[in-house]
Amino acid sequence: MKYAIGAALVVIAAFAAALSGMNEYFFYAAYIVLTFVVLSTAWNILGGYAGYVNFGTGAFFGLGSYSAVVLFKALEAPLLVQILAGAGIGAALGFGVGIMTLRLRGIFFAIATVAILFIMETFMVNWRYVGGATGLQLLRPEVMAPFDSYTRMLFVVMALLAVIAVSIARYIQVGWIGRGLRAIRDSEEAAECSGVPTLKLKLFACVVSGALMGAAGAPMPMYLSFIEPASSFSLNWGVSALAMPMIGGTGHWIGPVIGALLLGSIQQIVTVTISNEINVLVVGVLLVLFVVLAPDGIVGLFRKWTRRSSR
Amino acid sequence: MDAPLLQIKQVSKHFGGFTALSGVSLDIARGERFGLIGPNGSGKTTLINCISGSLRNDAGSIRFENSEISGLAAYQRTRRGIARSFQIPRPFHTMSVLENLLVPSAYVVHLREAEAEAKAMEILSSIGLAGKAGVLASQLSQVELRKLELARAMAARPRLLISDEAMAGLAGAEVDEVLEILFDLNAKGIAIIMIEHIMQAVMRFSQRVVCLDAGRIICEGTPTEIVGNPEVQKAYLGA
Repeated sequence: MKYAIGAALVVIAAFAAALSGMNEYFFYAAYIVLTFVVLSTAWNILGGYAGYVNFGTGAFFGLGSYSAVVLFKALEAPLLVQILAGAGIGAALGFGVGIMTLRLRGIFFAIATVAILFIMETFMVNWRYVGGATGLQLLRPEVMAPFDSYTRMLFVVMALLAVIAVSIARYIQVGWIGRGLRAIRDSEEAAECSGVPTLKLKLFACVVSGALMGAAGAPMPMYLSFIEPASSFSLNWGVSALAMPMIGGTGHWIGPVIGALLLGSIQQIVTVTISNEINVLVVGVLLVLFVVLAPDGIVGLFRKWTRRSSR
Repeated sequence: MDAPLLQIKQVSKHFGGFTALSGVSLDIARGERFGLIGPNGSGKTTLINCISGSLRNDAGSIRFENSEISGLAAYQRTRRGIARSFQIPRPFHTMSVLENLLVPSAYVVHLREAEAEAKAMEILSSIGLAGKAGVLASQLSQVELRKLELARAMAARPRLLISDEAMAGLAGAEVDEVLEILFDLNAKGIAIIMIEHIMQAVMRFSQRVVCLDAGRIICEGTPTEIVGNPEVQKAYLGA
């Protein structure tokens, strides 16, 4: 109940902010931060709960973007349809990745997800309809009332997606599905022999994770008014989506949210004040620091601290 | 007539060109205490992997409570009533001891949380782990890990429990402790297949023993018959 009220407040606040007179740049930057909230939350369902490390977030994200572009170009489909299509295609790719987990575990699974990313990029580079390697300029449609700018509207849409993603992750974590996924992470054989249908659960996690990543990618072309393969399928999406939950803490749904808000905001500030290249460095340095000093992330640090002070 | 709990008929398993099991047939009765012995590499673990579903047998049939299970996934067999412990303990190490038991409670017995916790605590007390309920599984000692393996298997409410070397590497008093636990479980009507290298334990525990060698059953009988059998002595006991 507390959670539902909190989630509603976040959505209302996002709406109110978008209708207020705040500086346009805030929404431009906040949209990206929220995208990272969705991506890292989605990544954590498979990577954090079930322990299958996915480096190919960009594949799902980029595929979501391209699904949206194809639908927009062919049918002028509205944004909602684009997002649903992105989620559907992401879910389908997730199902394929889920089947891979039958044979591939650990580092081999991670390598395979990188391979998928490169396959997707190569495919789009060679597809003329969506602009090939040079990409495609897109004309945004008219913005819908009550918003007066498209960026503001996209900000609200992404805030909604973030709340949906986090709610799903939380629902999975606290229930029997989360317990099963954690059992898989700790020992897949023992999980199976404890009655956990491991393949079904892994497929479920892959599909949900993929769908959310695809949905997060769908509004991106409209945000940029442009699409091209190199940035859509960049490995950076995957590195960030992995680093943010690691830094926030992978065991709890709030971990990726904290990680994404923190790291995403730092990246935006660094991009504006220093340079775009440095922000990748920031992610890398922070990730190394946390993996070495606080492997359970900020959530883990917080738990340690509360345990100590309660003694 | 009361059919056996588990009926294994002509089960074979190959790994490439290597024959791990060839034509093994075996019946386990309800509530039986059954010992499985044999030298390393004789196929003991392969056989129980085929029973529990971690491996699929290439040929033959495995029937549990009168229905064929050799096509079922491991989790489905656990739900039918076959539970196992692992030779090298495989705890859910990021969970507490209690949470370890809640996994089978949720997935096999479908209990509600409060009920499941009460049941799990009951099992932990009977096995002597109640004091460790809140401790992370990664912080347990060897003997505690062995007990946790058995406790987690019990939480699935099996009618057949496969104990894969639950006593390997334990000291004398600890062996007795685990043996006591297995006797207790058996007294509740659970059939137990015990795989063990500690002959003393197998002999004390089992009503019937089978000795495997090179994927075949070379001898079946009471513990005394087994120990007296010349083939067993040659293959396993080092006489």
